[in-house]
Amino acid sequence: MRKNDLILQTVTKVAVFIILLFSVSIFFGGHYSPGGGFVGGLMTSAAIVLLLLAYDIKTVAGILPFDYKIVLAVGLFIAAGTVASSIFFDLPLMTHAYRYFDLPLLGHTSLHSAVLFDLGVYLVVVGVTMTIIQTIGDDDE
Amino acid sequence: MSNLVFMPVLWPLLTGIILVFFSKQPRIQRILSTISFLIGIWISGVLIYSVHNLGVMTLEVGSWSAPFGIVIVADMLAVLLVLTTNLIVTAILFYSFRSIGKERESFYYYPMLQFLIVGVNGAFLTGDIFNLFVFFEVMLMASYVLLVLGGTRPQLRESLKYIIVNVLSSAFFVIAVAFLYSAAGTLNMAQLSQRIAEAGQPGIFSVIAVCLLIVFGLKGAIFPLFFWLPGSYYVPPIPVIALFGALLTKVGIYAIFRTYTVIFYHDQGFTHQLLMGLSILTIIAGVIGALAYWDVKKIILYNIVIAVGVITYGISLMNEAAIGGAIFYIIHDMLIKAALFLLIGMMIKASGTADLRKMGGLIQQNPYLAWTYFIAAISLAGIPPFSGFTGKLLILQGAVEADSYIGFAVILLSSLMVLYSVFKIFMYGFWGKPSETLLQVKEKDWALFIPAAALTGLSVIYGVGTEAVYPYISQAVDTLLDPQIYIDAVLKE
Repeated sequence: MRKNDLILQTVTKVAVFIILLFSVSIFFGGHYSPGGGFVGGLMTSAAIVLLLLAYDIKTVAGILPFDYKIVLAVGLFIAAGTVASSIFFDLPLMTHAYRYFDLPLLGHTSLHSAVLFDLGVYLVVVGVTMTIIQTIGDDDE
Repeated sequence: MSNLVFMPVLWPLLTGIILVFFSKQPRIQRILSTISFLIGIWISGVLIYSVHNLGVMTLEVGSWSAPFGIVIVADMLAVLLVLTTNLIVTAILFYSFRSIGKERESFYYYPMLQFLIVGVNGAFLTGDIFNLFVFFEVMLMASYVLLVLGGTRPQLRESLKYIIVNVLSSAFFVIAVAFLYSAAGTLNMAQLSQRIAEAGQPGIFSVIAVCLLIVFGLKGAIFPLFFWLPGSYYVPPIPVIALFGALLTKVGIYAIFRTYTVIFYHDQGFTHQLLMGLSILTIIAGVIGALAYWDVKKIILYNIVIAVGVITYGISLMNEAAIGGAIFYIIHDMLIKAALFLLIGMMIKASGTADLRKMGGLIQQNPYLAWTYFIAAISLAGIPPFSGFTGKLLILQGAVEADSYIGFAVILLSSLMVLYSVFKIFMYGFWGKPSETLLQVKEKDWALFIPAAALTGLSVIYGVGTEAVYPYISQAVDTLLDPQIYIDAVLKE
């Protein structure tokens, strides 16, 4: 049975980008305002779930050809690697560092190694949520 | 250098993550896991050496000073247990190569093994009570997966029970931690100990101590709370049972060790008497189970419950001999339970049934297995040259010093019953006429036998070399009986 869901698909095409942008904004704002890796990751997966609702699993897998279990592992690796990297500087584990940089477009910006840890969390959250949803969604075929 | 303290946690974590990438190549997973666990043993050996020479080592994670950040504390008890954990899991890893099966191997069996060790080692090493909760959860999540992996019907049924029990007890843990935080205003164990000592442990702290006893009792299977254990530990494959039986309940006991010696030790008339009563009932309940069954797995499972009772009884006495005995006994019990499960796993494989009444005559087919089991069995019961002896002797000495004669009698009698239960397996399983199912299997499986024998050998060395081990144990006892050493090391005053 083929439903006519033209409206849903058209709205999705616009909405997904807004949601993704919002999730990235929440992710990078985490240090100074509410947000961070966890909620950013959840919102990114929410965007992908919206795609899944409007289209089917196969189409979405074509658009975003990721194995989410690998995304999860990469996220864990980045987080654990950030934690472990302070060994090389002879500091206790999980010691973070930051410095101010003058970047071309963004100007005077502080870059903090905790962002890398957050990136790990972000990827893990996206990976876990999408693995769960896709596994359950795939089951009845 | 101080990062070494956290290495037993970080190392398996990194290995586990890397193993996820190779989930469909069992060969690579096997090689990487082997290398990783061997390095793990080496790390924990170095850690014991440094703690022995330098005293309690701490790591302030993230360079935040003690009560504000998370502190990782390696005292002698923790590092001894970390080494034991690594030795056991290495043996179980080798045993799994042959027995776990291709299907489980390619569905994240080895990564989960690593994550389980992350949780167990983390729980041993942490110095912060909420961090302890987190590591408990890491351990439990991995154990849920290991329990259900394979997806047979009994596994699904029992893992449902196991998960419900543990989710409840975790919720209770969080509630207890919340109480503790609102009453004491800190979650760092050293500072908690200090603040409770200043306040002289008023009633609310005794209530929290009992809450925590219920939580850790559920994880560690003490008397009214052990009901989930015989069912849940019965269903997974043998290496997983050995892992659970040797490690998971012992983490609960370790947490009781920590909280009842370092934090809540001021109102012993209430909390420690309660613990003593429950331990004695635990021993009795375990003995009843161990005598009642004709199923080899069930008999050894109830022996876990007995050992839990013996160790917590040692903790509840709070004198030097008993605490030393409890530490001796917990290490012995981890080694010997893992060995026994691996050995009965081979018995079950050879005779095709777990029912003793259908077994028989295994000694003719595999005498090595029979005599290794014999040694493991008398070690478990505590016959003098072997490893169960010193621990129980010291606990009994502590019982006499504390005038606790009921416990004294119960422990002695329980040893007899333990001996009876494991010898029932020996006499019905190994002696007698070979059963019909047995005759069909002729091969001897060295890949399974060597890890099991290695664990038994380790426990024999541990028993014979008591004198060599004693300085380490007594160092652990010093820290437990004088929390000031722990507090000074953590808070650096």
